[in-house]
Amino acid sequence: MAGLTLYDKLWDSHLVKQRDDGSALLYIDRHLLHEVTSPQAFEGLRIAGRKPWRIDANLATADHNVPTTTSERAGGIAAITDKVARIQVQTLDDNCEAFGITEYKMNDAGQGIVHVIGPEQGATLPGMTVVCGDSHTATHGALGALAHGIGTSEVEHVLASQCLVAQKMKNMLVRVDGVLGVGVTAKDVVLAVIAHLGTAGGTGYAIEFGGEVFRRMSMEGRMTVCNMAIEAGARVGMVGVDEITLDYVKGRKFAPTGELWERAVANWQTLHSDDDAEFDAVIEFQGEAIEPQVSWGTSPEMVLPVNGVVPDPEQMDDPVKREGASRALDYMDLKAGQKLTDIQVDRVFIGSCTNSRIEDLRAAAAVAKGRRVAANVKQVLIVPGSQAVKVQAEAEQLDQIFIDAGMEWREPGCSMCLAMNADKLGAGEHCASTSNRNFEGRQGNGGRTHLVSPAMAAAAAVTGHFIDVRELMASETA
Amino acid sequence: MKSFKQHSGLVAPMDRANVDTDMIIPKQFLKSIKRSGFGPNLFDELRYLDEGFPDQDNSQRPLNRDFPLNQPRFKGASILLARENFGCGSSREHAPWALDDYGFRVVIASSFADIFYNNCFKNGLLPIVLSKDIIDSLFIALEANEGYELLVDLQQQSVNLPDSSSISFEIDAFYKQCLLDGVDEIGLTLQDGGQIRAFEQQWRKNSPWLFDAL
Ligand code: SF4
Repeated sequence: MAGLTLYDKLWDSHLVKQRDDGSALLYIDRHLLHEVTSPQAFEGLRIAGRKPWRIDANLATADHNVPTTTSERAGGIAAITDKVARIQVQTLDDNCEAFGITEYKMNDAGQGIVHVIGPEQGATLPGMTVVCGDSHTATHGALGALAHGIGTSEVEHVLASQCLVAQKMKNMLVRVDGVLGVGVTAKDVVLAVIAHLGTAGGTGYAIEFGGEVFRRMSMEGRMTVCNMAIEAGARVGMVGVDEITLDYVKGRKFAPTGELWERAVANWQTLHSDDDAEFDAVIEFQGEAIEPQVSWGTSPEMVLPVNGVVPDPEQMDDPVKREGASRALDYMDLKAGQKLTDIQVDRVFIGSCTNSRIEDLRAAAAVAKGRRVAANVKQVLIVPGSQAVKVQAEAEQLDQIFIDAGMEWREPGCSMCLAMNADKLGAGEHCASTSNRNFEGRQGNGGRTHLVSPAMAAAAAVTGHFIDVRELMASETA
Repeated sequence: MKSFKQHSGLVAPMDRANVDTDMIIPKQFLKSIKRSGFGPNLFDELRYLDEGFPDQDNSQRPLNRDFPLNQPRFKGASILLARENFGCGSSREHAPWALDDYGFRVVIASSFADIFYNNCFKNGLLPIVLSKDIIDSLFIALEANEGYELLVDLQQQSVNLPDSSSISFEIDAFYKQCLLDGVDEIGLTLQDGGQIRAFEQQWRKNSPWLFDAL
């Protein structure tokens, strides 16, 4: 009999009941909540007169709607100028209080983007099942956890029963061997993978990222990669546990200690796919072949190496693809054949659950150091993913590098990733963004998003257009 | 959840692939703490020419006349015909809430994104997957015939065309039963409460570090 994949192991260990009709009850270890997708779930509980099944499984934080300017944050919830956002943030506080759920409130030291704080606080651990009413929950799979997004009805379901009604997905292995070139990051790897798979290529699969490149990759990088599995249609992205995982988890606030730590480690060391595990699909890449990426269109699969040119829809065989590409070029105001490096940038956003961890800020700061934001760039937002990341970055004086370069150093939150607060693009503006979605209007009505890595975003900020960050690095060593 | 057995209604087209949930209901409307009232802002950026805000009088806004839902021939549509990877992107359940609030009961597409697909069932909205070829032919028929209606029968798993031919579709047995009965899914799960407790006790023994940390 073939061995088991990591996904198989996690599924089996959490299976409460397999029903005859193919559905299953899966036990959930960690449930993360935020202000946008939880209010209706709490309301549902109240209407039905139900109580949360297991309070200590839940952790909440406010991230999507919170303002990111220091002045607006200083005044607390009452000072949030957007009334509807204020009510939503307040509602989360009220619900957590009423039900006794642990919450990192807007200005608490543990606050941040839900997918940044989970791993950072040790609230998400290897071997867990993790769900959240947010599609980027796949991020936590980087720890060797089974993590995915759910809808609000499911949030209510998990609150009430600690279980999810689920169906087993298929297994896909995305293998990247070799080594990455200098200036090529986790973000470039995952964008290249999505370009190949397409936005629906992973639908119905749990993707495991394997191979040398991921084995060498930091936890921050693995989180960036797993975060974007959903952009290839897969609800789940994961990486097997190894020494890098254990080193990362050790000493975190909610991680086990002492004898419990030893027991946990013994268990976690089994959390990888068996050598003879069989996958339903395997896709292979070579690390050396991956270059810094820039998205040109309105879907994360519309992405190319930075030295490429905007593709010509006329050359596309598939009529649906052709139609999608030409619509995207209209929206983005780009022409077939135009060099990506000729696209001028109006704003730059470095942040989001994809790229707002300390390593991301270090990479951006390395490029920004000693340089100035280009004259044509109106604004560069640097938004740390959590209060802890912010404190760490300030301890390393990265904030000063950004400020000296003419960039804005903000308070933690989702910010311009989805523009629910005041941080947004104006119509027609091009943005170099380290976030995960370049959908029409995602960062502001009429805004034009180009997805890139933090180093590539910083390079665009200081030159005013997209540029291969390796060129800036070369000029440093020359 | 709302039950769904049979539905007959007017079809409207959404003729593009990869319609994401940001497009179905833009983020500014997610600030609501309610489950209803999203219908007027369904496809907001495509439907109106200006930028929409929550709590606005939508009847005063300039309409994009090219958008099918604004055309008289599709007024009152309750079946949406779409293309591949419908509902991709964000997990927001506000997307099916908006479709439902607008009056849609069925979405037909050649494929759906997983989370959106799940979310539909929780709200009595039936997502139907048909092959690309059939979808193509439905778009052509829809274009050619004003007042194009379909009859969807969940029990029979069939979509019945005006020419009285019928197309069958696949659906997961569990979801089908839930929709037909309009079951309270949480109530159903809680019937297995004893089994969940037993699992939990064993799990706590095996992996005590997963408990009581927060
Ligand atoms: S940073 Fe963006 S993608 Fe991540 S949770 Fe926030 S809104 Fe969602």
